[in-house]
Amino acid sequence: MHFAFTGQQIEFRDTVRRVLARECTTDDLRAAFAAPTARTARWATLAELGVVGLSVPEAHGGLGLGLLDLVLLLEEAGRVALPEPLMATSALAAPLLGDLEGAGPAGATRVRSWLEEIAAGSITAAVGPPPGCPAPIAGAVGADLLVLTTPGPEDGPEVHVVEAGAAEVTPITSLDPTRRLGAVTWEPTADTRLASGSRAASTILATSDRAAVATAAELLGVTDRMVVMAADYAKERKQFGRPIGAFQAVKHLLAGAKVKLEFARPLVYGAAWALDQGAPDASRSASAAKACASDAAVEAARVSLQVHGAIGYTWESDLHLFLKRAWALSEAWGSAAEHRRRVLGSLLAPA
Amino acid sequence: MVAENLVVCQISPDTLEPMDPTMDTPMDLRYTDAQEAFREEARTWLSAHAPAPHALPSLDTAEGFEAHRAWERTMFADRWSVVSWPEEYGGRGVGILEWLIFEEEYWRAQAPLRVSQNGIFLLAPTLSEFGTDQQKARFLPPMASGEEIWCQGWSEPDAGSDLAGIRSRARRAHSDDGWVLTGQKTWASRGAFAEWCFGLFRTDPEAERHRGLTYFLVEMDSPGVTVRPIPQIDGETGFAELFFEEVFVPDSQVLGGVGRGWNVAMATAGSERGLSLRSPARYSEAATRLVALYAERLALDPERAVLTADAVAQAWIDAEAYRLNTLWTATRVLDGGSVGSEASANKIHWSETDLAIHRAALALLGPAAELHDGGADAPWLDGYLFALAGPIYAGTNEIQRNVVAERMLGLPRG
Repeated sequence: MHFAFTGQQIEFRDTVRRVLARECTTDDLRAAFAAPTARTARWATLAELGVVGLSVPEAHGGLGLGLLDLVLLLEEAGRVALPEPLMATSALAAPLLGDLEGAGPAGATRVRSWLEEIAAGSITAAVGPPPGCPAPIAGAVGADLLVLTTPGPEDGPEVHVVEAGAAEVTPITSLDPTRRLGAVTWEPTADTRLASGSRAASTILATSDRAAVATAAELLGVTDRMVVMAADYAKERKQFGRPIGAFQAVKHLLAGAKVKLEFARPLVYGAAWALDQGAPDASRSASAAKACASDAAVEAARVSLQVHGAIGYTWESDLHLFLKRAWALSEAWGSAAEHRRRVLGSLLAPA
Repeated sequence: MVAENLVVCQISPDTLEPMDPTMDTPMDLRYTDAQEAFREEARTWLSAHAPAPHALPSLDTAEGFEAHRAWERTMFADRWSVVSWPEEYGGRGVGILEWLIFEEEYWRAQAPLRVSQNGIFLLAPTLSEFGTDQQKARFLPPMASGEEIWCQGWSEPDAGSDLAGIRSRARRAHSDDGWVLTGQKTWASRGAFAEWCFGLFRTDPEAERHRGLTYFLVEMDSPGVTVRPIPQIDGETGFAELFFEEVFVPDSQVLGGVGRGWNVAMATAGSERGLSLRSPARYSEAATRLVALYAERLALDPERAVLTADAVAQAWIDAEAYRLNTLWTATRVLDGGSVGSEASANKIHWSETDLAIHRAALALLGPAAELHDGGADAPWLDGYLFALAGPIYAGTNEIQRNVVAERMLGLPRG
């Protein structure tokens, strides 16, 4: 039993935090809101650092690491509301492609070259929802690669990978334009199919679980950012001759949000470990993590807006950049209520 | 639990930082084979010795108090009452993780509530940190065996959340070998039956608030101590009010030095909110039983059960979050770190989790929730009544929120 990150994992996190503090300022975010794009100079920097290819096998130019190594970095992505698709590309598409390398008629060569391009930072990916869970696809607009699912004809679901030119992507407007949501129209063919049957089913389950934990990790970062912004504001803003943060009504709002955040944290880290280990209750851990991270984010968003008062309700404050990400991610890849239902279902299932 | 390095109430700004940046032990949430063997040993012993769940009369009655004391003696005889203490004091000298494992087995067995909890979970870590060797040798073994049960003499009628406002006093005895205590303490859990009391008294009336306080160990049958039992919300004598009239206490019963009482008390409070008083197993076990209750009620009263499903799941998740957070903290302590103001966040979380679990259970029971007739589901109501005290004792949650806001978020003091 040793529930802590290694010194190396913390150092990598610190490096990424420093780089993003410099390269993803709120001015940068505002620029991204105005003109959202998938691949940027910042994406290239993250690729150079090894962040983008972290879960790409070493043989294909990545670091060959797991979700546990990625969660702290996703948290940093959340802290700056990173506009680029780190979660979909690095936490979902890369491990999926790595697992299915050579499994389907799409051909090992193509999968391998996609993995290499991901690690090099030259392509980004968007990942669609499991079959039967209609949702706009985040990052679809401008993605080079679309990982999609279908219910399949008979023997269960299928996983397909479609290159950008082969699908029609209709942009859908999100409150957070950097989400680059799209509806995708495409033709599944034997050529695009990467997995079917039970192989596809297990890949879809694994991807959904990873998505829950990766989204939860990003939410930890956004939540922390909102709480810190509101605490900083409460120290500066004076009313009745005192900083508003000296009033208990304000303190208790922020303390409540902070406690929710700090108790979501170990669930997220524990779930990342469980998924990497293939632990028997890993799916339940993933759902518990997402449920708490979503709730913590929504609560922190409400509280930080309340503490900011009217200025937080405007584009003049930076707060809205983070609120919008928090709201979007709290519902993405399963809401808190959906994940709670999944937790209870798993607890009631006979062992 | 005696944890020599468990220095509480110290501020650690970033709880994520490992103590040593070169540390390379990978994360692992599994227990070792030796730890699992320890679990098995505890489970086997408990299944052979623990009374059936809820078999003992309530520990807040004279009869129940003695029955619980006898159970402590049974555990002590086989060295299970204080597993993490050094062997010389009756323990097994095992670490924090083994203590957590023991607690998991203890709660899984639904073994009796610990009548010695104020002593073994609160005073003992404080004694271990601040006590002299003589004090440890004198007080720890009878605490471990249940021979001497302790209560806490902190709150006063006019000093609750504002603990530093206490007015009970101690003046130097004319004999110059001790102190003479005068004043009134209240809300002393188990105070009606306990043999000893640890309490805070003002030794320097000139000093301001937190200064001039001293932590005393007082024998309850000392001349001048009067006890007035107070029935709690369930009608049983859970509390007592303690009156001290010119009570002599020898110097050997001052803990941590004259005038240092506040620091010593904060260590005890840290144990109360932090690692040692409320082990996660308490909530994990209750959450597991809540899920079982849900399954049972789903068959009997599906409409009501379905309305409660979300709350049941969240209560279980809250307990799981507490378990993992405790393992996170325990790892940090084992790596040489300390527990700081996060103990306040911890206290808010466990007290609210306990409430959430029991509220969900009562919601599942519906009209049967009010039944206090000793039936199979009655413990849920007792548990709810107890959980309601959680946000009040060990420092109200409002005070803890102030601590979280000021020390974890850096907000100005009011």
